[in-house]
Amino acid sequence: MSTFVEILKAIGLAVLVFTFLAIVGAMYGVYFERKISGWIQARIGPKHVGPWGLLQTIADTLKLLQKEHITPRSADAMIFNTAPIIVAVAGLLDWVVIPFGTAFGRVLVVRDINIGIVYFSAMASLTVIGILAAGWSSNNKYALLGGLRSASQMISYEIPLALALLWAAMLAGTLSTVGIIEAQRGGWFLFKVPPFGLIAALVFLTAATAEVNRMPFDLPEAESELVAGYFVEYTGMRFALFQLGEYAEMFAMAAVASILFLGGWLEPSMPQWVWALLGLGALALAAFIRFSALREVLLVRPILALAALAAVLCGLMVLGIGLGRTPVLPSMLWFFVKMFGLVFFLMWMRWTYPRLRLDQLLGLSWKVLLPVGLLNLLITGFLLTVAR
Amino acid sequence: MGELAAFLILSAVILIPGVIVVTSRNIVRSALSLVPTFLGVTGFYIMLQAEFVAGIQVLIYAGAITVLILFVIMLTEGGSGVEVRQANEQVPLGATAALWLAFLMLLVVLRTPWSLSPGRPPAYSASAIGSAFLTNYALIFEVTSLVLLVVLIGAIVIARREE
Repeated sequence: MSTFVEILKAIGLAVLVFTFLAIVGAMYGVYFERKISGWIQARIGPKHVGPWGLLQTIADTLKLLQKEHITPRSADAMIFNTAPIIVAVAGLLDWVVIPFGTAFGRVLVVRDINIGIVYFSAMASLTVIGILAAGWSSNNKYALLGGLRSASQMISYEIPLALALLWAAMLAGTLSTVGIIEAQRGGWFLFKVPPFGLIAALVFLTAATAEVNRMPFDLPEAESELVAGYFVEYTGMRFALFQLGEYAEMFAMAAVASILFLGGWLEPSMPQWVWALLGLGALALAAFIRFSALREVLLVRPILALAALAAVLCGLMVLGIGLGRTPVLPSMLWFFVKMFGLVFFLMWMRWTYPRLRLDQLLGLSWKVLLPVGLLNLLITGFLLTVAR
Repeated sequence: MGELAAFLILSAVILIPGVIVVTSRNIVRSALSLVPTFLGVTGFYIMLQAEFVAGIQVLIYAGAITVLILFVIMLTEGGSGVEVRQANEQVPLGATAALWLAFLMLLVVLRTPWSLSPGRPPAYSASAIGSAFLTNYALIFEVTSLVLLVVLIGAIVIARREE
């Protein structure tokens, strides 16, 4: 009987995680991407469908659902049709080990397995099979080139990524994601063993950006050289599945970065006056923008909204600490604040830096990130052993 | 009961793509069929409660080795890689060797007294594996890294010669 309940629970959680991520991760990922790129390029971005263009992605998805599936005549049909599913499922499976917060004394995670981050990097590495299969089976030279570039890139960047994951695991003494967060109750790993925590976080973020094929490492889909790279032959919903996998993985990378280095769902423990100072600063910035001519400038306007949000957050914290509540805000809120902060950072990178050349890309991985990651691991291990 | 069902399903997941690996005339399909085989083996590891080995199996075999094989195929065959003959004129010789191997393995399986003990496997294996590598199996561990180093140097030598 318990097996039956267990299977039902697994199916329910899978549906929950997959639908939640399909909506938030992919659809609103695309929306944020377009809004943020608009901001950085001093445009407005989508605004016609729904309030602030919020329904634009839903309209786009409906459009993609209606499109015809085209399988090129000389493509390997079976592999061609399976590849998008591999990419999407591998991207979504990352989320099994990611804890969203705590509620009613329980950790909100699909499964807290004792090899959490090994599982995460294993699932992240499966994506490349789908990409390679898509690139090869399309029978298109641009797709194949994109697939090959992606393979060499993802294999190279998996190693620094794993080294950064190992760094956090070494400090926490566990591979479980929940265990790593619990180990950060004393302080974020970002500031542990300075400056090595910062170095590890930088290595992780760089490798994660490359691993999800985003600018400035988006050579597999470089529009100006390869049309669209490995998914050039895909139409309709199959094309959307690649997007879904990509955004699901990007969000997962941001979530794991927040878990490893920013304490996941834990509330930052700072004294009341720091929160008050931060809140006042944000409020002053918001007021300055609101009551000056700057609010007409497209590049500045989003800062007003962000500063207002930050001021509200800090105000709530000051109030909560004043009332003597220990975790002032729900843990899930903190997790999403950190995750979306990192997602924003990744999008900011994308629209700021130009694309690297392939040899620069591989050189960065093997000649910079790999030695830095290894030395970081070695020195931190040495320091920890000496300190003990 | 559930364990037997899982074993049978996983065996099918391993064996069916395994047959495709050796019979398919399309070498890319053969390489891609390795993925479900490796994932099925991962399922066995999980059934044996060796989670760490299972994670590494996916990471190294399904995620890296298969990709490496595909990568090599696509680079050498000019991207097509279709229609490659898998068997040559040594089929009878190979079949004899395979039969002998199967016979020997069956013998080993049947002759071994599989003792059942009520002991429980260690709860958490990653740190145990780590300390075993650096204490009891330090020599094997170091020799393996030496072999890998030799392979690396060999690859560099071959790549340099072509320039």
